Amino acid sequence: MRPFDYSRADGAPDAAAKAAQGATILAGGTNLLDLMKLEVMAPEAVVDISRLDLTGITPTEDGGLRIGALVTNTDLANDRTVRTQYPVLSRALLSGATVQLRNKATTGGNLLQRTRCPYFYDTGAACNKRDPGSGCAAMTGCNRILAVLGGSDHCIATHPSDMAVAMRALRARVALESPEGTREIALADLHVLPGDTPEVETVLQPGEVITSVILPPAPPGRQAYVKIRDRASYAFALVSVAGIVAIEDGRITEAALAFGGLAPKPWRDPEVEAALIGQPAGPAAAEAAADVLLADAKGHGGNDFKIPLARRTLKRALRELTEATS
Amino acid sequence: MIITLTVNGRRTELDLDPRTTLLDALRHHLALTGTKKGCDHGQCGACTLLVNGRRINSCLALAASHDGDEITTIEGLGKPEAMSDLQAAFVQHDGYQCGYCTPGQIMSAEAMLAEVAEGWPSYVTRALDDDPTLTDEEMAERMSGNLCRCSAYPRIRQAIGAVRDARASRTEAAE
Repeated sequence: MRPFDYSRADGAPDAAAKAAQGATILAGGTNLLDLMKLEVMAPEAVVDISRLDLTGITPTEDGGLRIGALVTNTDLANDRTVRTQYPVLSRALLSGATVQLRNKATTGGNLLQRTRCPYFYDTGAACNKRDPGSGCAAMTGCNRILAVLGGSDHCIATHPSDMAVAMRALRARVALESPEGTREIALADLHVLPGDTPEVETVLQPGEVITSVILPPAPPGRQAYVKIRDRASYAFALVSVAGIVAIEDGRITEAALAFGGLAPKPWRDPEVEAALIGQPAGPAAAEAAADVLLADAKGHGGNDFKIPLARRTLKRALRELTEATS
Repeated sequence: MIITLTVNGRRTELDLDPRTTLLDALRHHLALTGTKKGCDHGQCGACTLLVNGRRINSCLALAASHDGDEITTIEGLGKPEAMSDLQAAFVQHDGYQCGYCTPGQIMSAEAMLAEVAEGWPSYVTRALDDDPTLTDEEMAERMSGNLCRCSAYPRIRQAIGAVRDARASRTEAAE
């Protein structure tokens, strides 16, 4: 690990001020310290925010939930309101990492974690995200875990979070603070696609820090998180689906579907949901929705299997969300 | 920089490079080598210990971030002549081969038994609003952050299961 100046923020404004001067924010550290050990990241200054008072989970006036940026993945998954009102979020969190990691990892850090593309981690390989302009070794390399939607000729990294996929289905918003003030954005707008600048991953401006995530009131319908991975526990998603579906008289009246493992950001396509609304719940509607989802999907050899896998995972999720319970 | 850690009940002041992980602070500065360095990247769980009662990978934590915290390591659970129930169960059930992952396994198991008692759900818990019971399936999921390269998993599960049952019958007897 390269040497760095270590300081502790005495509040969110102080963290934002230090970040504006170029310091890297350290929260749980489960991803950042790993990247610093490998020298994929080598910040000259680190500002530790882990002791700030951003650990509350509190009801909002409109019946939603405000989640402090430093709420651990464990505390969020365990929260009684989350377990009963937003079970898709608990399930997504519990499907990720291990208890040891979830005890340290934070809500804000989870959103801002970096891709696990093997070439991003390998400082000897070409990677436009780590070293802009150097190329993308993943295009012709081992791209099994990488993106089939939303990528570009310069980068096909996937966003690894499960939590963010559930939050995307729940229409979460993200509260930001900077020396210029505060603002709130949709989680949908936090991450950007790689295009020809894969080193830019979010819309955060220098000095902007995440202070909380806001969930709207729990939507009607059943919720599920379906995750497919290479082993039964402690693995990133190859494909995941966070789904919330409501049915009346056998027809789908509301649908929110977000996808992990497929794209550089938690993926949500309004046309997929439009293809389901008003349809009788069943295999035909699921096939039609999968056709829409995967119309522009593009494999790169090693990850071709994700396209049919995404179709099957979507069908399974919709079956779980719409089948009559015994 | 100067930080203070309370390790196994003993308060210690340390002067460390900010890069020092909690794991290296224990092993290199406090000569507490029970906590093992396996992968050093949070993938194997050999470095698992408790911070303020919760298990973490100490290789992915800066000591500086834990200034003032209470740390419990394998040395704090028991001694060779006075082992904790989990330590004794690992010996009795032969819950290891080479033994390198064992301190992490035991620290993780200690935390897991408390987590289940507190009602934490896991990925395999059927109903999120119910309190979980520690079945073999639950144990496998909840211990997945601790790898055993010798693959002693069946006996690790036996050892933990024996302590789960013994603690449960002690609680019943007390009631």
